[in-house]
Amino acid sequence: MHINMKTSLKYSLALVILVGFVSCQKNSRPNYQYMPNMYESVGYEAYQESDAFANGIEAQLPAEGTIPRGDFMPYEIENTNAGYDYAKANLTNPLADPIPLDIVDSIKVDPNTPRVDYSVGGPLYSIYCGICHGAKGDGKGKLVQREKILGVPSYDDAGRAITTGSIYHVIYYGKNTMGSYANQLNEHERWQVVAYVEKLKADLEK
Amino acid sequence: MKKSYQSLEVNSTNNMKQVIYRNLTSKILYLGFILLFTFSTSLIAQEGDAANGKSLFNANCAACHKLDRDMTGPMLRNVEARLAEEEGLDRAWINAWIKNSAGLIKSGDTYANKVYNEWNQTAMTAFPQLSDQDISDILAYTAQPKPEPVVVNGGGGEVVSKEPGVGNNLILGALVVLFGLLALALILVRRTLNRFAEAKGLEVVKEKGTPIWKAFIQNQFLVLVSAIFLLLASGYFVYGYLMQVGVDQGYEPVQPIHYSHRIHAGDNAIDCKYCHSSARVSKHSGIPSLNICMNCHKAIANVAPETLAEGKEYGVDYDAEIQKLYDAVGWDGTGYTGESKPVKWIRIHNLPDFAYFNHSQHVSVAGVECQTCHGPVEEMEIMYQHAPLTMGWCINCHRETNVKVKDNEYYTKIHEELSKKYGVDQLTAAQMGGLECGKCHY
Repeated sequence: MHINMKTSLKYSLALVILVGFVSCQKNSRPNYQYMPNMYESVGYEAYQESDAFANGIEAQLPAEGTIPRGDFMPYEIENTNAGYDYAKANLTNPLADPIPLDIVDSIKVDPNTPRVDYSVGGPLYSIYCGICHGAKGDGKGKLVQREKILGVPSYDDAGRAITTGSIYHVIYYGKNTMGSYANQLNEHERWQVVAYVEKLKADLEK
Repeated sequence: MKKSYQSLEVNSTNNMKQVIYRNLTSKILYLGFILLFTFSTSLIAQEGDAANGKSLFNANCAACHKLDRDMTGPMLRNVEARLAEEEGLDRAWINAWIKNSAGLIKSGDTYANKVYNEWNQTAMTAFPQLSDQDISDILAYTAQPKPEPVVVNGGGGEVVSKEPGVGNNLILGALVVLFGLLALALILVRRTLNRFAEAKGLEVVKEKGTPIWKAFIQNQFLVLVSAIFLLLASGYFVYGYLMQVGVDQGYEPVQPIHYSHRIHAGDNAIDCKYCHSSARVSKHSGIPSLNICMNCHKAIANVAPETLAEGKEYGVDYDAEIQKLYDAVGWDGTGYTGESKPVKWIRIHNLPDFAYFNHSQHVSVAGVECQTCHGPVEEMEIMYQHAPLTMGWCINCHRETNVKVKDNEYYTKIHEELSKKYGVDQLTAAQMGGLECGKCHY
């Protein structure tokens, strides 16, 4: 009897330890690391919290007037009704123009090489636009069919009568309920998408 | 909205007679309408068909107008009656406004200019394609009284979500009771057996042998075997424990805003790259900024009733979570207040500082599906780490994955030469240098 008591005590102790180990493994907090200072960056990581900045965020806005490196052209038309009308009437797709002569000289290409590429614009369209505007541009995307977002117009809508310039302007700034896609698509990608939207519009009007 | 009508219909199928009669009457009504249509169009223009109006409203107006909430434009419930009462404006004015609001403003109409300026000079799109009949249908739809679906949906949702919970608890309770009874029965059986033995005068003899632990120690072979076994077993467990240190597979932190990948990527089939757009072009697959949420959630302030009911199963109020988003981004329902506060998302996938990983290289160049590493994200109500993210796991994939060289001019030459060198048809990432230390550690 005496031994029985002892063994049962031992068993229960082992059980408690086991349960302790198992319950320590919690998915809501990260695991232990061997050498944390080899895991964690000394430099600032993206989105990190940091005391080095007044608002405690590593991700700061670039200084005012900063422009990205590379082939960048500022978009100077304002986000107003007048700006929209101006863009709608005047803006054209630079990808449809012949390649500028200085570039032609440096990389030795035919200036009339087509740069509008639906195999670039198409996939981008289906990621960013098709979810509402529909694969055919008829305003019947998945979110519209599920009645999450309503009132998405078809590209051949007569009242809007979209043009190259108005498409680009609206992608850049957004309009009414549609938001701006300037941060998801760069300038080149935006123009590729514009070209693809125009193709869809032409297909709808057939 | 639609669901509420459906559930109403489901409820009303209990009394079948009514449904049948209603269908009949509505059919007769439709016939009547068609007859009326053929004889007089002017009468119809007065009446308007609310059902057609709803589909027209959803297709043309709902982008900017809601019935009971100001959005890009004002709310439109009973707009015709309100305009007639408050401004004395008739159907002709409404028709002129809808078909060409800009023209009406230019013509110097007082109320047109007043509304235009009240709404920050947001120009309403012209709808020349809508006929007078279409407009009267839409107005008939806006004149419908506001439905009160809250009670119906609340009740229905609770019933649906509670049933499985109650069922599970019942089964568990029954099992506990069953096991308790079993234990009790065994004890009773033992006691009665002992009592029988006593009654028959049988002595339950307890042999006084060597205790089991002494017998165990005396058998040296058994001691050796069990020592080896114990050593091996503990070695196995210690090794297993040490190997999982630093591995966060299954890590599932509670995020400041409950974001359901299941709803967004699964049900609504929004592409991963819609929100994580930098995965295409940068090392990081960035955490989406809140304005990307607002691309859709400007229009979606409340989830559908059926989605809300689903949320109860997970113990989440999705509407409250959307409100958290609005608070963070500083949105008051119609415009930005300018007071935003950052959301402290908790990063789930962390690679150690000494390992380099580039998203665009895998997503854009290699064309690897996001799910290959991140698992079935479209089914995750709460995001967790699917893969172990260990070096062995990386290397394994590099060994097994064939490089997509087809139609890729960049790879044509190197592919031919390397294929010749290794004597293979398909090159894996490893054979193209995917195992070199310096690719990831430098």
